[in-house]
Amino acid sequence: MAVMNKYRFTAVLVLLSGLALGYFDALHLVNPDSLLAKPFKFGLDLLGGVHLVYEADVSAITPIEIENSMEGLRDVIEQRVNLFGVTEPVVQIEQKGIMKAVEAREHRLIVELPGVTDTNQAIKMIGETPFLEFRLENPNIKITEDTLVNEAYIPSGLDGRFLEKSTLEFDGTTMQPQISLVFNKEGGDLFATITRANIDKTLAIFLDGLPISTPVIREEIVSGKAQISGQFTPQEAKTLVQRLNSGALPIPIKLISQQAIGPTLGESVMLKGINAGLYGILAVMIFLLFWYRFPGLIASLALGIYIVLMLALFKAIPITITAAGIIGFVMSVGMAVDANILIFERMKEELDEGKPLNAALKEGFDRAWPSIRDSNVSSLITGVILFWLGTSMVQGFALTFSIGILVSMFTAITVTKSFLLALGLKGEGKATKFLFGSGLK
Amino acid sequence: MFIVKYRKIWYIFSTLVIIASIFSIVKFGLNAGIDFTGGSLLEVRYEARPSIEDLRTFVKNTDFKGVVLQTTGENGLIVRSRDLTEDEHHSLVALLKSNDTLTLEEERFVSIGPVVGKELAEKSLAAIVLVVIMIILYVAFAFRKISKVKHGISPFVFGFLAVTALMHDIIIPTGVFACLGKTAGVEIDVLFITALLAILGFSVNDTIVVFDRVRENLRKNVGSDFEDTVSVSVKESIARSINTSLTTIVTLVLLFIMGGESTKYLSLALIIGLSVGTYSSLFLASPLLVTVKSFQDKK
Repeated sequence: MAVMNKYRFTAVLVLLSGLALGYFDALHLVNPDSLLAKPFKFGLDLLGGVHLVYEADVSAITPIEIENSMEGLRDVIEQRVNLFGVTEPVVQIEQKGIMKAVEAREHRLIVELPGVTDTNQAIKMIGETPFLEFRLENPNIKITEDTLVNEAYIPSGLDGRFLEKSTLEFDGTTMQPQISLVFNKEGGDLFATITRANIDKTLAIFLDGLPISTPVIREEIVSGKAQISGQFTPQEAKTLVQRLNSGALPIPIKLISQQAIGPTLGESVMLKGINAGLYGILAVMIFLLFWYRFPGLIASLALGIYIVLMLALFKAIPITITAAGIIGFVMSVGMAVDANILIFERMKEELDEGKPLNAALKEGFDRAWPSIRDSNVSSLITGVILFWLGTSMVQGFALTFSIGILVSMFTAITVTKSFLLALGLKGEGKATKFLFGSGLK
Repeated sequence: MFIVKYRKIWYIFSTLVIIASIFSIVKFGLNAGIDFTGGSLLEVRYEARPSIEDLRTFVKNTDFKGVVLQTTGENGLIVRSRDLTEDEHHSLVALLKSNDTLTLEEERFVSIGPVVGKELAEKSLAAIVLVVIMIILYVAFAFRKISKVKHGISPFVFGFLAVTALMHDIIIPTGVFACLGKTAGVEIDVLFITALLAILGFSVNDTIVVFDRVRENLRKNVGSDFEDTVSVSVKESIARSINTSLTTIVTLVLLFIMGGESTKYLSLALIIGLSVGTYSSLFLASPLLVTVKSFQDKK
């Protein structure tokens, strides 16, 4: 009796935790303000967004500096990406060819921007440094309508490298946004020299090769400060300031691969996947109920617990849900049932040999264990190797598949066992025989 | 049990299917997708799609004359080409809009450089080889005690047979996909490799469960001789094997029918692989145990 109480205790505990987990799964819908409320994390293929792979050209950098520079690169790109205001952008460094020397490896930068639809703008923001340059009017050229801008102004040697910081300000009288620039010591000295020598001449400010402002020098400026008052909207000015502050890229990068998924496509993939998954699970439950009858009912219950537990893990770890991940999950449902089928078939054999119900139940679990263990270990091996294979879509599949195997072993064995044994069935009657029978008999 | 008794029929059947699959792989080749070859894929949805002939005239006599256009769904269009730069991507979209006279929405744009593609192809192959090796080792380990039982068969025979079944289970779906590549333009992408690896896991899982029965029955001295032992074991495992595959295949069929376009062929590959996987562990791997044993005895 003490043993049965133990099973009853476990069974009640499992049921209650199942309810709690189910509540946790749905919490972000029911009560989004709660402390524990956490939405599911969906992959780019479901949410829509941009996935970019850049190759960094490290040939000009000494080997010991490479790792530092790559981290610097990541930080700069991260700052730029943050200007987008997307939730959870990913910026990570990747090295190819770990076995080779640092300088021979390929260094990559991966950028994922969930929810971003304007690829073009994203790529511009990430890859292009705003190139700020001060140019003097060319004394040898008479400016006419046809003069090229690049010929009209010649480089003064002062550019964005000497910038310490820039800030957004508003003109006191016109309320127009203007950008204030502060040069470092070297830049300040250079600025003073240039302004001293060129009073009454134009010092044009170029951004990305185009003049944005063409002020005339009135007097020598020794403060190391300058102002650009072009025709900006406040938003443009703000973005420009942020971009100027995020600085130049320490390593040149080249875009080698990109994927962009529109939000409508992602959404339909997700809905279809979830729909198919739900029907699949329903079909499995119906099959269990009809083929294995009473134990099938218990197994369906265990399957329900498996699902809430998995969903809770998706949230808690968190695991990014992708289209392939949904397939992995649905497939793992099929596998979760496998352990139960093994056990029930065993149970039936033991019953056929004339063992009493309770003993047959226990034997069923014990004898099915080696098969369950061996077969799941081999699937886990595959899962781990798949994860190593890499791309985010495959990893989504591998992760849900592997975690599914582990969790399903728990639910199919522990949960089903405690439920079945907690009931303390002993009957030898026809009804019990029918309930524990299976198939078409 | 008819399965073990008529084993020659299954051997011949499987051999024929495998020859057909290999033939189709060699003859048609694998239609590798841009995941492996590098290239671009653009999917757009028009408000009202012009006819495919009209669309072809848009790109004719431009830098994009080499692209392959394919309609999808009611208003969708898929454009495949070599890998495009961001600027080329935008000129292509502009062309498809035909001077802004047409409204369209970009659903997907993928551009993969050849280096990334080649790398993934190499990695996929390495993953498959690695899985096969790990599985031989694991099966040999799990069955290490078998030779101590009186009908001793080397544990590596179990491992080797499990792998024979494995090869069978991945060659057939690959053959089917080679055929589909030729007839329906289905591509081998990274998801297909995922499916193959998952099939490997599933197939060996299935084979192990049957072998496990054989191992247990050998220990318990069930059956009059080795053939009978295997026969009984297959009979005892058949309900489980079919039921398990059935539940999984049912969910996959639903995913195939109802699921999104992007994972349709992943589901299909899994359905084929799981079906032949179940067949091979019951009809191939287990009877082969008997064949190997009688071959050993004759020596």
